[in-house]
Amino acid sequence: MATTSTMHPSAGPVVGSRSFFSRLRDGDEVARLITFLFAATVVLITLLIVFELWQGSVLPRHKFGFNFFRTSTWDPNVDQFGALPFIFGTLVTSAVALLIAVPLGIGAAIFLAELAPARLSDALEFFIDLLAAVPSVIYGVLGIFIVVPVMRDVIQPALKEIFGFLPIFRGPAFGIGLLTAGLVLSIMVIPYIISVSREVLLSVPRDQREAALALGATRWESTWKVVVPFARTGIMGSIFLALARALGETMAVTMVIGNTPQIAASLFSPGDSIASVIANQFTEATGDVYTQSLIELGLVLFLLTFILNGLARLLIVFTSQRGASHA
Amino acid sequence: MTKMNAQLRWRKFVSNFMLTMTGVCALISVSVLFFILGYLVYHGGASINWDFFTKLPAPVGESGGGMANAILGSAKLLLLATLIGVPIGFFGAVYLAEFSGSTVAFVVRYAADLLNGVPSIVIGIFAYSVAVHPFGHFSTYAGGFALGVMMIPITLRSTEEFLLGVPRSLREGAMALGASKWKTIATVIVPAAYRGILTAILLAFARVAGETAPLLFTALGNRYWSNGFNEPTASLPVMVYNYAISPFEDWHRQAWAAGLVLLGLILVINIIARAVLARGIAVPRS
Repeated sequence: MATTSTMHPSAGPVVGSRSFFSRLRDGDEVARLITFLFAATVVLITLLIVFELWQGSVLPRHKFGFNFFRTSTWDPNVDQFGALPFIFGTLVTSAVALLIAVPLGIGAAIFLAELAPARLSDALEFFIDLLAAVPSVIYGVLGIFIVVPVMRDVIQPALKEIFGFLPIFRGPAFGIGLLTAGLVLSIMVIPYIISVSREVLLSVPRDQREAALALGATRWESTWKVVVPFARTGIMGSIFLALARALGETMAVTMVIGNTPQIAASLFSPGDSIASVIANQFTEATGDVYTQSLIELGLVLFLLTFILNGLARLLIVFTSQRGASHA
Repeated sequence: MTKMNAQLRWRKFVSNFMLTMTGVCALISVSVLFFILGYLVYHGGASINWDFFTKLPAPVGESGGGMANAILGSAKLLLLATLIGVPIGFFGAVYLAEFSGSTVAFVVRYAADLLNGVPSIVIGIFAYSVAVHPFGHFSTYAGGFALGVMMIPITLRSTEEFLLGVPRSLREGAMALGASKWKTIATVIVPAAYRGILTAILLAFARVAGETAPLLFTALGNRYWSNGFNEPTASLPVMVYNYAISPFEDWHRQAWAAGLVLLGLILVINIIARAVLARGIAVPRS
């Protein structure tokens, strides 16, 4: 036994049992240390982000406390900052985005996973991946020059005509505003819903489908009543992922939302979101309380996306494992 | 009997109808890409000319000019980002895949996934706090740092996956020949996974190439050439943004052109990345 530690590596049956010194001589310990330092950097940077956001928002947290989230006056002239209009705008635009993107995205994912032949499905997935790669600012450009005029001249008047009795579809049609921002956001998050939902649906075991069909279900019934419920948690995960993206999305929203901090019942009215107000005002912010209030908004955004991403990953992993253990 | 048939027909109709609708959903989703490309080519194609690539932006109010400074600025920012993001992502991934125990690996992976989900505007605030505020001025360094931070988790997580995908037999073969662990990694594992790693790096690069929000208050913008890396610099994405929200017709035209160049670059890199991967995944040899 005593000789084990002095044995030459190649003589040992298990490579991992080589002594520390022989590994040091081979350079393994050095390589381990160097790569460890790089890996540790990742953790350090993440911690540093949390630290900077927390440290950078001390003043407004002490000055306004919880009122920061409950009041809606945002007035740099008197150093009064309430984030409610931005929280409202972020939540409303994200909700609109999900209302449009979820049915469309899940429908498309069902087609890709259940109906389309593998080659077609892969080809379409390739385009969906490219769509996910289109930068936010490009969506913004199309939003300003294409979507806004169409909303102003066609869609918003039509909505007013048909659903004008609802307060959310009243008021002048500017083109810009919460509804348009939500629509552009929905287009941006659809690729995420499709990609993840498709993966999850594909992981549903084959026998689930066959059992349903054997019992006399139509193809749609087997899909909707058996496959989709099986993949439900994973699909929820893809929606949370999309929501996290929508909440933090900056450029495209900034370009079409109207940048007016107000809370209005109508979806046609201009608004503002957390990310947009940071993008618009950060460089111009004078005075510590002003800048730090914007940083506190960044902290809020960070925490929201942190929670949603965590939940999403949990749900997606849960479903894939269920599919794997079943198969 | 007829009632049964009617019910069955109805169920079949519903099935066919809903399945067709899913196809329509897929069609709508995919066609967005072609709408985007089509509009950009239609509005921006005519404005891409020699001036666009070689001239500075014209003074406010004058038409013409180009975006040479923004193109160079973007190149400089992406160079810095790659220098920060790729080493940390790559070596971090080597550590995760080859050296780490499960606890450390969990923490690093968790941090990377967290970092990946941080909204880009928040990365901008972070880069401002550590690379702009202490120095008192906006700079190319700060912008490159922001983009580099965003590249880390994308490079790290995909590289790790490709390293873990290298067949066990290759590792064992190298070690059986007496190679040390790092030698096995450097001469066997990384070369076997190099296509995947290259793909990971290209995708990370393409992802940050279009990022605008983190540059707004780090690299800022500049209507002239930016000397070295210590001055604010123009960049294509920020240029697209500023020109698109401006009130000038001629700037709108150039915003379309810049958008087309930017998107073209990103899509080409994406396609190359996928082609690199498709041409050969390390296949275990029998």
